[in-house]
Amino acid sequence: MGRADAESTAAVLAEGLTKHFGARTAFRDVEFSVGYGEVFGFLGPNGAGKTTTVRTLGTLLAPSAGRARVAGLELTPANGVQIRRRIAVMPEAPGLYLRLSVAENLEYFAGLYELDDARGRIARALAAVNLSDRAGDPCRTLSKGLRQRVGLARALLGEPRVLFLDEPTSGLDPVAAREVHELIDGLRRRGVTIFLTTHRLAEAERMCDRVGIMNTTLRLIGRPDELRDRLFDKGLRVRTREPLADPATVFAGVPGVREWRREPDDGGYHLSVDAPELAAPAAARALVAADADLLEISPSRHSLEDVYLQLIDTDVEAQAR
Amino acid sequence: MTIADPPTGRARLLPLRGRREDAQRLSGRRIRAILRKELRDYRRNRVVVATMAVLPLLFVILPIIEIFDIPADAEAAEVDTIVGLALFYLLLIPALVPAVVAAYSVVGEREQGTLEPVLTTPLRREELLLGKACAALAPTLVIAYVMFGIFLAAVGLFAHPNIQADVFKLVRILPQVVFTPLLSGWSIWVGIAISAKVGDVRVAQQLGSLASLPPVVVVSLMGFGVIQPTLALALGLGAALLAIDLLAWRLVSFLFDRERLITGVKA
Repeated sequence: MGRADAESTAAVLAEGLTKHFGARTAFRDVEFSVGYGEVFGFLGPNGAGKTTTVRTLGTLLAPSAGRARVAGLELTPANGVQIRRRIAVMPEAPGLYLRLSVAENLEYFAGLYELDDARGRIARALAAVNLSDRAGDPCRTLSKGLRQRVGLARALLGEPRVLFLDEPTSGLDPVAAREVHELIDGLRRRGVTIFLTTHRLAEAERMCDRVGIMNTTLRLIGRPDELRDRLFDKGLRVRTREPLADPATVFAGVPGVREWRREPDDGGYHLSVDAPELAAPAAARALVAADADLLEISPSRHSLEDVYLQLIDTDVEAQAR
Repeated sequence: MTIADPPTGRARLLPLRGRREDAQRLSGRRIRAILRKELRDYRRNRVVVATMAVLPLLFVILPIIEIFDIPADAEAAEVDTIVGLALFYLLLIPALVPAVVAAYSVVGEREQGTLEPVLTTPLRREELLLGKACAALAPTLVIAYVMFGIFLAAVGLFAHPNIQADVFKLVRILPQVVFTPLLSGWSIWVGIAISAKVGDVRVAQQLGSLASLPPVVVVSLMGFGVIQPTLALALGLGAALLAIDLLAWRLVSFLFDRERLITGVKA
């Protein structure tokens, strides 16, 4: 895809984006592109520059270097108002006026977005987050989870093309978090681009089409399964009732096995292979032939958490911090 | 809900001189949204309600007591001084009440974490500041004029005719009427400027109250007769204060640093 194509199809595009605060670098040389309708996960440890990146793309902060396009517009001070018309940002803390009711909070923001049919939009946004019956309640009486949902309703009011969500499930119980996930799914189906900053790796793995792992620089970007393949060997996991007497001999005879190692935690074995689906039957036959009681043989599964920890643990910058 | 074109609305737009594009115009609708929200919030804020109730009552009771304390045979100079002092108290209402409220405007939003969501909307900083200024000005004007009305009514109904004659003079009443909104404007812009710079509501309110006083002193010198009050002088001072208020709006807008307010680090 050419540069012009990338720019026209990208809901968010960053090229060499950098932000310094004096001598401190919040993030540097960040490059990525997020397509319309994509759910993009933005991961990284505390202080990695995730929130600052979101604030920069949300026009709250001016980049120190590089360029970006957001919702089809170049990220410049002159385009700030137009960009903010097309996006919504939900910060980690929802930031509600606690003395005002839920509906009054939303009414205020509908006014700031100059929305026509404000009442209808407020009703639809509240229905989308299952809060219609709490519209008249003062926000100070709401639990943290309900406040988070009001923040989401507020972000939906302007029907944004790009929605930046900073830790939307932070502090929520599993049921409330699941409701947020369902809401994100619904938005994805409607074609809204979601830029999701999260610490919940399982959430990112489940929700996101692609993820980027940030640690001052963007360290890795891709689909979760791509990242697993990039960082980890494909392999087979083997468990037997008793340890093998001579595993080297057993595994040496299995075609496609490049190397093997003993798993320290459960006494099983990990076999490095190129094609698990071809190697598994041969390994099973070899184990049966060796008179082993086979309990399990399956492709190794690495989670996004494994990818994340592998990357961050070996990251020089993280260790220096 | 569907994905729609960015909302444009039908706001009445107020053009800024020297700027052409829509992106650089002010939206009356957004300013009204801020005004409405602020007034709702003030009504439910005990500190603001107490400030708006207690201070004006104090500054209207004190001058009424002073006026009724003047002996019937007091000399004209003494009456002049006491009436000047009474009117000085009344001018403290438009100076101090909005200073306390305006000082809360930006730092208060920062403290409750509402500033960041607001700044991610299409709102311009000039609109935010103008909306907040209007929200501080509107109740102040109502309160200040009502208190002045109560004072005049008390004097008109119960004071000695000599004192009535001293109070109901154009050079006494005109400065009160003209300077009430202008002093409020000064206090509001100084209060907002301080609020955008400091990190604590109480510090902002203390500094704002102090900074609101200098123009009150100048105006009061007219009330005390130190500066000979004439219609031309009152109007001239009024025009100067109006110019300062308008300039202050642009200056405070220029100094409003989104980045520092969000991150605490200067851009």
